[in-house]
Amino acid sequence: MNWILAAEGAGGNSNVLLPPTYELVIGTIAFFTIFFLLSKFALPNIKKTLEARTESIEGGIAKAEKMQQEASITLAQYRQQLADARSEAAKIRSTAESERTNLINEARTEAQVVAQGVTQQANAQIAAEKSKAVNELRLDVSNLALDLASKIVGASLQDDQRAKAVIDQFIKDLESAGGKR
Amino acid sequence: MANFISLAEVTCKFGDQACPFPAPGAGIFEWRAITSLNLGLTSIDITKPVILALLCTVIVSVVFLAAFARPKLVPTGLQNVVEVGYLFVRDNIAREIMGKDGDRFVPFLTSLFFFVWTMNVMAIIPVAQFPVSSRFAFPVVLALIVWFVYLYLGMKNQGVVGYFKNIAFPPGMPIGIYPLLTPIEVLSTIIIRPVTLAIRLFANMFAGHLLITVFTVSAWYLLNLTNFVGFVSVIGYLGSIVSFFVTIVLTGFEMFIQALQAFIFTLLTAVFISSSLHAEH
Repeated sequence: MNWILAAEGAGGNSNVLLPPTYELVIGTIAFFTIFFLLSKFALPNIKKTLEARTESIEGGIAKAEKMQQEASITLAQYRQQLADARSEAAKIRSTAESERTNLINEARTEAQVVAQGVTQQANAQIAAEKSKAVNELRLDVSNLALDLASKIVGASLQDDQRAKAVIDQFIKDLESAGGKR
Repeated sequence: MANFISLAEVTCKFGDQACPFPAPGAGIFEWRAITSLNLGLTSIDITKPVILALLCTVIVSVVFLAAFARPKLVPTGLQNVVEVGYLFVRDNIAREIMGKDGDRFVPFLTSLFFFVWTMNVMAIIPVAQFPVSSRFAFPVVLALIVWFVYLYLGMKNQGVVGYFKNIAFPPGMPIGIYPLLTPIEVLSTIIIRPVTLAIRLFANMFAGHLLITVFTVSAWYLLNLTNFVGFVSVIGYLGSIVSFFVTIVLTGFEMFIQALQAFIFTLLTAVFISSSLHAEH
């Protein structure tokens, strides 16, 4: 173990500023060994890895930015769609309202028309009934008058052409008299 | 001269002429060779600094290879730790000095930083306890490599003539200042830069190791003045405790210096390379 301890007083060349040749040789070999191994094997690997790391970080940032952009675009799209839907709904509502109003109006007019028709029909029927009733009444009155007259006169005026003509004349006189009045 | 290492076996008396304070000197940076490999042209002594230097090589290489063998996008464990070191060199040294241009030199700067740092840290690793970079040869080798690299890059990027012209006559200066500036610039770029680069690292680690050793030896020496019972012995114990405490504080301080010197070495390398890429001052 003698070599582990310094050789103080071992004598020989003790000028520390005069390097022995073998140390220069060893130093040169040592440095170039390290330089060779590091520059050929160790450092290219880590350089590549660091570049890849930078790339992946920058890539990640770019990806995140892209995703954010996409998200904001999608949000804008959704907002647009929502606005579209709202305006469409409003349009549909207004259309429905106007349609409803139209329907109501149409129904009303139709109902009025129908009502008018019914009224006219009723009027006509009433008129027809009235004239029929008048005619019947006229016939009844004439028959009644005939009966009365025959009872009064004592002679049957029934089925007699003359009697009928007399009655008719009488009624005509009545009507004309009424018209004069 | 007494050998302080065998102090434990010697019973010393305070003030004893035969047993003075064994102040550590340049000798603590001298190492016996375990064995010597004869390679014909030169022989390689296998000493502790050599073994530690090779150990540093293995540690740095293995740690980096293991950490970045199959790097993951989300780092875990060892990769996480080593990545911090790698990113420190890339962002705080290469890119700080040269901008994106510096990415080409990150492997070189990373190798430099971690090799120098590991060699420095050996100063406080138990059993190792010797900064490899306090052997002048290692800073010299690294400074020479840096010197060749930035001279080569300068000549490659600015042309051989252009590079030396730019060194001697930095553009954008008034003509009158060149007689003063040219010798300084030439001397500074070609000679002073590599020399100071090597000496700064060497001297810092040398001084740090010497300081720690002085206080360690002092703590041990004062503790062993036990033969003399009484007041002086109390002073000895107090001195020992203070020295031990200072050793611990210095060790912490050295940890900081070790990283700082590795950083400065690499940073200056980056600055030199940067000045070779563009002629600017």
